Amino acid sequence: MPIGYYFILSGLLFSVGLLGVMIRRNAIVLFMCVELMLNAVNVTLAAAARMWMGPDGQVFVFFVIVVAAAEVVVGLALIVNLYFRRGTLDIDIPSLLRR
Amino acid sequence: MSTSAYGMTVANTVVTASDGVLALAWLIPTIPLIGFVAVLLATKRLGDKSAGISIGAAALTFGVALAVAAEVLRNPATYIRELPTWISVGGFDVRFDLLIDQLTVVMLLVVTGVGLLIHLYSVGYMHGDSRYPRYFAYLNLFLASMLVLILGSNLLTLFLGWELVGLSSYLLIGFWFERANYASAAKKAFITNRVGDVAFMVAMFVTFITFGTLDLLAIIDNAEILASTTAFVLVLLFMAAAAAKSAQIPLYVWLPDAMAGPTPVSALIHAATMVTAGVYLTVRLSSLLVLAPNAMLIIAWIGALTALFAALIAVRQDDIKKILAYSTVSQLGFMFIGVGVGAFREAIFHLVTHAFFKGLLFLAAGSVMHAMANRTNIYEMGGLRRAMPITFATSAIGWLAISGIPPFAGFFSKDQILTEAYLHGFGGVYVIGVIAAILTAYYMTRWFVLVFLGTPRWPDGVDPHESPRSMTAPLMILAAASAIGGLALNPVHTGPLYRFLAPVVAPITDLGYTPVGPWTEVILIPLAIVAAVAGILIAVFTLRGRNLNDPATREIVRGPVGRVLENKFYVDEAYAAVFVTGGSRLGRALQVIDTRVLDGVVNGAGTVTTKMAGYVRGAQTGLVRNYVYVLVAGMLVITAYMMILAR
Repeated sequence: MPIGYYFILSGLLFSVGLLGVMIRRNAIVLFMCVELMLNAVNVTLAAAARMWMGPDGQVFVFFVIVVAAAEVVVGLALIVNLYFRRGTLDIDIPSLLRR
Repeated sequence: MSTSAYGMTVANTVVTASDGVLALAWLIPTIPLIGFVAVLLATKRLGDKSAGISIGAAALTFGVALAVAAEVLRNPATYIRELPTWISVGGFDVRFDLLIDQLTVVMLLVVTGVGLLIHLYSVGYMHGDSRYPRYFAYLNLFLASMLVLILGSNLLTLFLGWELVGLSSYLLIGFWFERANYASAAKKAFITNRVGDVAFMVAMFVTFITFGTLDLLAIIDNAEILASTTAFVLVLLFMAAAAAKSAQIPLYVWLPDAMAGPTPVSALIHAATMVTAGVYLTVRLSSLLVLAPNAMLIIAWIGALTALFAALIAVRQDDIKKILAYSTVSQLGFMFIGVGVGAFREAIFHLVTHAFFKGLLFLAAGSVMHAMANRTNIYEMGGLRRAMPITFATSAIGWLAISGIPPFAGFFSKDQILTEAYLHGFGGVYVIGVIAAILTAYYMTRWFVLVFLGTPRWPDGVDPHESPRSMTAPLMILAAASAIGGLALNPVHTGPLYRFLAPVVAPITDLGYTPVGPWTEVILIPLAIVAAVAGILIAVFTLRGRNLNDPATREIVRGPVGRVLENKFYVDEAYAAVFVTGGSRLGRALQVIDTRVLDGVVNGAGTVTTKMAGYVRGAQTGLVRNYVYVLVAGMLVITAYMMILAR
């Protein structure tokens, strides 16, 4: 299969994730969209690694997975706390930082 | 190194003191320093008894000083006691080395001897004070500081002592700091001395640039490399420093106010020892002085004018200590006349005798105040001779000594300075000196008569009594020294002290002095005695039969002149107008720069930032998605930019 398909898939996935982050208000969905973007990048990296026949890209993927795992911990903790404090998952409600 | 006035070469060999008594000389400043710390530490536990540590330290220091003096007397030389280095930067080395020679020894004995007596005296005088141990700790600190000043072999170590005596003087003037005017007297002393300190520091800079070192011996030995202009400037700078410490015109104003301190402090610091530091400094640097005869002329005139000026003020004071304070300023003026006319050794001789009789007079004044429940107005005294026989008798000796009546100590030293002024061709200085001597005899007689003779004028309820033994014993010792000190040390002009000090002062044979006139000592000495007797007789005759209870007529010098003298020539007022009022006006004028320019810049930076922030803060919506939009937009911009760049 030509490498371009992988990139197109990855691009689509990334766009879905990005759009989700930009237009959705539910924190959980937002969170999932971020994960989607991360994994879209992972697809690109894995495909590129295959193309160059080198290990670098795969190593990067592992890094991203580890970082994503850590991010899940922090992100979910934030979301749980947000829910306990505000009783909502709407990301537009907590906006104390506005002017 | 040096030639005596009589052509005989007198040189001091420089010896490193590595063993014997002189190797122990480092103990001299160290013991009182330890005493100072020990008293402060022990006060909690021992209370007033800890003062004993301080007295013990003073006694021990005096003992070591005696031993060192005996050694130098036996083998006269310049001894260097090597001690660790203080500062070492590149080629600039300052060591704690001690310099011990004939001049040091004389100063050492005066400082530790009078110091010990005043420690003892203070036991009685300060008895019952709430800060009794702290007073003794400060006395020890002063002793240590003064000894560092005397023993330092380097201008910087000398300066260290110079500053430390300033500190201890400040602490002791303001010892009763609860009284606001006492505290401000302490500040006045400190600030006035700072003026001289600046001059001292500039002098050190010039010295270092010229000589590449601050080592006293190196400076003295190589003095002739100085250009005459540099020498002139340098000597005047050192004189400015000396004028502040030794209370000369125009920096004498702090000394009369320094009488706010306890009276023994006035005796020790502000009469006998610290204020003579300037005289010591100028004599120590005499080989610089002789290179700048014009500067010496200025020193002589400063001394003469100070002697006259202070003596005139003393005529109309009525505070028992203030009279003595102005008298100290005046006598220090005499010492600077000595320095200025090339009579370095005579100046040191007068320093020694002055330490005896002025220390004595101050302690006597303290004894009187003790008896009079701290009254200081001499018009409230009188007739104390019956109540206080010992104080009376010892004061009489001090009075005769300072007036210049032979055979008491002051006669010899003052007369020798005036004789030198005449023989070295300083006619004007000599005349002023004689007038000041007459005035000295006059105001001291007035002091003595008003305090001790006549009928009692003290208010009811005051019961004068003789002071305790711990106070009268130092009085008697100092009285003995004032009585025979002159005869014993230097009865003729080229006496033992004169010859002893010959190697440490610069020769004056090259200065080409010619006498003012044909008179010799055969005429000059009787003239000095006549001057002293005249002063005393004027005072006695003008005071006889005068109603001293009437404030309108009790003063002899009245009218406008009297008012000017009573108000000390309005110098304090003038200084207040120029430096205090003028200074604060200038400060307020310069304040504009601070509030407008400097604060403007600082506040402007803040205002600009706030304004700018006001414009951009609208971007902060608090909505996460907005931030994501910006993020994405930024990402797109960067991506686009990189794609164009890659093309």
